[in-house]
Amino acid sequence: MAIQGEFLKSEPYFSGLGEAGIEAVVRYVFEKRAVRGDILVFEGEPSQELYFVVEGVVKVFKTSADGKEQIFSIIRPGESFNDVPVLDDGANIFSAEAMGAVLLYGIRKKDMRAIIRENPQVAVNVVQVLSRRVQELVSLVEDLSFRHVTSRVAKMLVGYIGRGPDSVERPRLTQQEMAAMIGTAREMVGRSLKTLEGSGAIRIERNRIIIANQKVLREQAGLD
Amino acid sequence: MGEMPIIDREKCQGCGLCVEICACGALKMVGEVIEAVEVEECGWCTLCELVCPYGAISCPFEIVCEDNPD
Repeated sequence: MAIQGEFLKSEPYFSGLGEAGIEAVVRYVFEKRAVRGDILVFEGEPSQELYFVVEGVVKVFKTSADGKEQIFSIIRPGESFNDVPVLDDGANIFSAEAMGAVLLYGIRKKDMRAIIRENPQVAVNVVQVLSRRVQELVSLVEDLSFRHVTSRVAKMLVGYIGRGPDSVERPRLTQQEMAAMIGTAREMVGRSLKTLEGSGAIRIERNRIIIANQKVLREQAGLD
Repeated sequence: MGEMPIIDREKCQGCGLCVEICACGALKMVGEVIEAVEVEECGWCTLCELVCPYGAISCPFEIVCEDNPD
């Protein structure tokens, strides 16, 4: 399948590039496919490629010495991962795993540098993308430092408001994945879900968590 | 009924802990392999996921929003 210039145009990295600029970038892009469970990037290994998710979902995570997983972000179509190590010449700071069938566009480190040299606008875009990454990480540090676990679970669920039963992308998460997302133990998630159910914010019907009262959920998340 | 816990055959070592903990009989040892069978009683307690030492069982929750304010 040919690399889609239209997709790249909508990427923050390549915003403001004209047709010729995008065409020049396309020459450096390669396609990669993976299935659920495939590790796309290994933490600690020399960083080689920057990836854009075209189809599917990728989780970006770190694993502690005792095997506990901390999910840093869920990367959806249109988003990128492995930016920082590719740009700073270091090792991969996270691992990345396909959560289902995925289609990625990749750019090798040396090619990304060539693109930046050829297009000064891309350098400005890179600064903006990395600034957003810093904001996301500061937000995660705040969550890990200051929020009660129930609040963190509530805040995570608030992120799914608006994705109703007709939503194309119906999120499905295990308690282990939720725990990894918010930096706590799986057991704490189960306890917090029960607390939230008791407050009327959610209802649990077998394998469905139903957000029943957004107002209460937002209060529990400390957002209202 | 429909969905049942998902078993990752590559990770499963056939230790049988999940079969022991499952109160509704949804998990069975067939030869050396664990299989999930549909049973009405499975209430998605997720204990099988919790006890599996190999992370071979997943009980994902679908997150749905029914409260859409005007």
